[in-house]
Amino acid sequence: MTPAPALSLRDLTVSYQETPVLWDVTLDLPTGCNIAIIGPNGAGKSSLLKAAMGFIPAAVGEARFFGEPLDRVRARVAYVPQRSEVDWDYPISVEETVMLGRYGGLRWWQRPGAADREEVARALEKVGMSDFARRQISQLSGGQQQRVFLARALAQGADLYLLDEPFAGVDMATERAIVALFNAIRARGGTVIAVHHDLSTVADYFDHVALINQRLIAAGPTETVYTLDNLRHTYGGRLGLLTDIGRRVTEAGLNDEALPPPPGNAA
Amino acid sequence: MSEILWILVIALLAGAANALIGSLLVLQRRVMLGDAISHSVLFGLVLAYLLSGSRDPLMMFGGAALIGLFSAWLTDLLHRLGRVQHDASIGVVFTFLFALGVILIAGHADQVDIDPDCVLHGELALTPFDTLHIGDTDIGPRAFWQLLGVTALLLLMLAVAYRPLHALTFSAVHAASLGISVALWNTVLAVMASLTAVASFDAVGAILVVAMMALPANTALVFARSLQQMLIGAVLASALAVLGGLALAAWLDASIAAAIVVAAGLLLALALALKAFLRRSSAAHRETPRSQSA
Repeated sequence: MTPAPALSLRDLTVSYQETPVLWDVTLDLPTGCNIAIIGPNGAGKSSLLKAAMGFIPAAVGEARFFGEPLDRVRARVAYVPQRSEVDWDYPISVEETVMLGRYGGLRWWQRPGAADREEVARALEKVGMSDFARRQISQLSGGQQQRVFLARALAQGADLYLLDEPFAGVDMATERAIVALFNAIRARGGTVIAVHHDLSTVADYFDHVALINQRLIAAGPTETVYTLDNLRHTYGGRLGLLTDIGRRVTEAGLNDEALPPPPGNAA
Repeated sequence: MSEILWILVIALLAGAANALIGSLLVLQRRVMLGDAISHSVLFGLVLAYLLSGSRDPLMMFGGAALIGLFSAWLTDLLHRLGRVQHDASIGVVFTFLFALGVILIAGHADQVDIDPDCVLHGELALTPFDTLHIGDTDIGPRAFWQLLGVTALLLLMLAVAYRPLHALTFSAVHAASLGISVALWNTVLAVMASLTAVASFDAVGAILVVAMMALPANTALVFARSLQQMLIGAVLASALAVLGGLALAAWLDASIAAAIVVAAGLLLALALALKAFLRRSSAAHRETPRSQSA
């Protein structure tokens, strides 16, 4: 029997006021993969994650996690918001922020125990932030902030990680650390679903990809789905974004075939 | 107990209660909701009084809590369905309900033993004379017992629900992702803000309640490094403001409530100045990397 998809959406339609942002998206995202959600600005990428998590209401449709409604598998699902949506002036240390990830498993009045503190220390070590445990989050760089929020998700001990633009505004060292973390999660059978912007790194970082622009354009393994044709459909006339990739495709002698991984990240 | 001692105790309790609920609202950036609620509960108070014909504290608090909830709900409804901006819908709802309360008082002036001036501005100096009785025994000022009850309730809430409130005030979205009911705890906070406002009316009045919610909490936020420090710091700041305010009022022979708020404002200015000074002097030693999250 094949395992239930990490996330499956059925006929998901989301609108703000009367403006639709997502139309009738039906999608199964498998477990044990690193999955990118890509599409132009305003394509509804973040809304897809938020509607799946129930933060914004879906007009129609439903989301299931591991074949179940979210409430029954909440402990297995961690969500990492966009860095810009976080209140960085909140008075809280790095350590305490990561501890928030443990709150889902605690009763209202329960104090975190030794096991919780151990999980927090381990999560901080995995993202290379152990030395910053006592630092206030307002005193961190963008990359460090992103690491702390990844640590909070890790401390939750989830199997599925939903991340909204984890690479936005982070330094190269952090970007590499995040990718290593994604691979570690996949190696132990976990799943990463990340809204992603940088088309040049999709093939390097992700083995699955879902292309959306209000509607679902295509979804599947990167080598079969991440094609120039699908990118054209997704980004429409905004080919300016694509010229670099288009040129690379042409240089590689390919046409509307699978994209080769870009030559390093120097560009 | 002497009058001045009662006044001091009542002011300290009002400061503590408002500092606690104010800290949570300030961290959620919803402190204007406290303003809205502190005004609209007047309508609840008058309504409860007219319906019950007495100033029974339970009726008053029940009416206030209901109207506080109602105004929070109405604000949200206007914002969602009427597409009114959030701060605008707060402004619309509370001024409307407050005005309704004032008209009700005027229309039933012969029946209502509520002085609009007193509700607006409070009269701390008079609180020791409005006492509660059990049988024939005078058990002390009504304001004292009301504020003691609300402060105890706030401490109980923090003891029982520290973790959900901590998660909620930091990030409603993250709290929701952990399965914490954002709607439930926002409702609890709205009810507690209503009760705090009503209990504080006698002491500081509707207009100055929001100042006591916002000023000590923001003073604490200048130096706090955790929610716990923020809560404790806000209560301490409110106590300092009360002591400073009482001295100021005695010196200028002014309204005690207004003097307390002035003292609380000066304290915030002092804290900000101190922080700026410390930052400048420490910048000379080491560079402090500040994040610039967009």
